[in-house]
Amino acid sequence: MSSQSTTSDAAPGTGADGAPGPQEAQAPAPAPAGRPRRGTASGAVRAGAKLLHVLLLPALLIGVYAYASANSDSYYTPTPDLIAAAFAELWFSERFFADVLPSLARLATGFALAALLGVGLGVLLGLSARVRALAEPVLEFLRAIPPPVLVPLMILLAGVNDSMKVLVIVSGCVWPILLNTVEGVRAVDPVLADTARCYGIHGTTRLRVLVLRLASPQIMAGLRQALALAIILMVISEMFASSSGLGFAIVQFQRTFAIPEMWAGMVLLGLVGFVLSALFELVEGRALGWYRGLRAANRGE
Amino acid sequence: MLKVTGLQKIYNGGANAVEAVRDLTFELGEGELVCLVGPSGCGKTTLLKCIAGLMPPTSGTVELAGQAVTAPPPDMAVVFQEYGRSLFAWMSVRDNVELPLKEKKVPKGRRAELVAESLEAVGLTRFADSYPWQLSGGMQQRVAIARAVAYEPQVLLMDEPFAAVDAQTRADLEDLIRQLWKRLGVTVLFVTHDIDEAVYLGERVLVLSSSPTVVQDDITVDLPVERDQLTTRRDERFTELRARVYAQIQQAKNGTGAAAPAAAH
Ligand SMILES: Nc1ncnc2c1ncn2[C@@H]1O[C@H](COP(=O)(O)OP(=O)(O)OP(=O)(O)O)[C@@H](O)[C@H]1O
Ligand SMILES: [Mg+2]
Repeated sequence: MSSQSTTSDAAPGTGADGAPGPQEAQAPAPAPAGRPRRGTASGAVRAGAKLLHVLLLPALLIGVYAYASANSDSYYTPTPDLIAAAFAELWFSERFFADVLPSLARLATGFALAALLGVGLGVLLGLSARVRALAEPVLEFLRAIPPPVLVPLMILLAGVNDSMKVLVIVSGCVWPILLNTVEGVRAVDPVLADTARCYGIHGTTRLRVLVLRLASPQIMAGLRQALALAIILMVISEMFASSSGLGFAIVQFQRTFAIPEMWAGMVLLGLVGFVLSALFELVEGRALGWYRGLRAANRGE
Repeated sequence: MLKVTGLQKIYNGGANAVEAVRDLTFELGEGELVCLVGPSGCGKTTLLKCIAGLMPPTSGTVELAGQAVTAPPPDMAVVFQEYGRSLFAWMSVRDNVELPLKEKKVPKGRRAELVAESLEAVGLTRFADSYPWQLSGGMQQRVAIARAVAYEPQVLLMDEPFAAVDAQTRADLEDLIRQLWKRLGVTVLFVTHDIDEAVYLGERVLVLSSSPTVVQDDITVDLPVERDQLTTRRDERFTELRARVYAQIQQAKNGTGAAAPAAAH
């Protein structure tokens, strides 16, 4: 109940008082201009400004939607407060364990397997021109198959269970990871490769300290694409044949005309995607700090 | 110690074959410090890569301590001409210098010592925790030198290692190489464009001709072992040797350089 009232108050608030909203957002704008004074500006103020920056557009969009849906009689576009209520009721209950957790577990398993498989095969293909020549046509063909069409096949092969869904996720996600890894591994700088050879760096050490690190920006790009795909495939695989999961839940709501619930499912999916992408960014920042610095240095920043 | 016999290298990669090196034969005694000079594009880098076992010659052989070189031999360190690209961008300066020592299974304590000493020697102690891309070109070059120095190799190949540093640092680094050479008895082949540097640094100077490349001259530098930036460079013998190397390089350049303008007119 409480969460419902706060959300419904907040959303129209920004929508109705449209003018103060943007002005508030502009208030922290001088912060970037005063960037040279970075040392004196307190971290809390900057974090607050950034938060405002991030939340401004979503608040505005919710406001616009709230306005539009309030003025519409359509049964299929419930107002934000209805959606929020459904959201709280649905996902802060045992449905979280029945639908959300299984979905996330499939997603994580599928993504992790695809990453292992993609990077492993990618390194193999990237390092050996002969293996690459052998495998390339087949890979190009397999990659061209849209992953959702694999669902019927996977149902036949693996049955209507978790492994089917994980298989669908893996079979779709593996391609961007694989192809990016191949590219990254192939692009090893010859001078760096010679340096490693001279100093006796070979075998798994070479793989660890040279090949994978040098290819990591490309691998990360592949993983990022794969993450987005994984979410899509998770939902699709659950829509087909399932008794649990977010995709299943959303289709079920739609069929039973539980419209706010259906919307709440969509919102949750969006949030899941957002959080995962933010987490990914965090990991990427850790792993590729050197690369960003290098790029910035080359651009003369 | 290091014996190059009839070395020829033809690159077949492009549309037409390029003969980088025609026929090189020379020898370096154990613990000798030899400088290699020659016009740009005459195949100095090519020669160094063949010696380092990074690329097979088209014909001829390279022998190190009686063994034919077919792969990079252990205990050989190379400072590449493209120094910036030879550093690991994801590792700090310290880790860059330490990595080869780890591979060589040098114990941890000794490793730290070697890294600290070599960074001190090239004047980069303060930058041990920086990344290579945070350094200037000359500083990056010194990281590559420190890495080679810390490795304590038996053979040290350096391809224009001081090209990007200022005159003062250059003088210091020259003295560092000579110190190291005296202390460790390492065999050094040092490529440079700078005639003064070749004479100041080397016990011998090899002059390569322009393409088709052969050894044009082999000059013994009979200066005292103890050298000093001020007195040695003022030495009469130094000036003589310098003039001789200069004349040889002129001749090397004119080997083809004289023919081309004549044909043009
Ligand atoms: N990978 C390659 N493929 C084809 N030709 C090459 C290759 N590397 C070098 N060459 C050619 O071989 C010749 C010698 O090149 P090299 O780099 O050895 O010269 P260098 O003496 O080191 O020159 P510099 O003093 O400018 O560094 C040049 O004519 C060059 O064009
Ligand atoms: Mg060169």
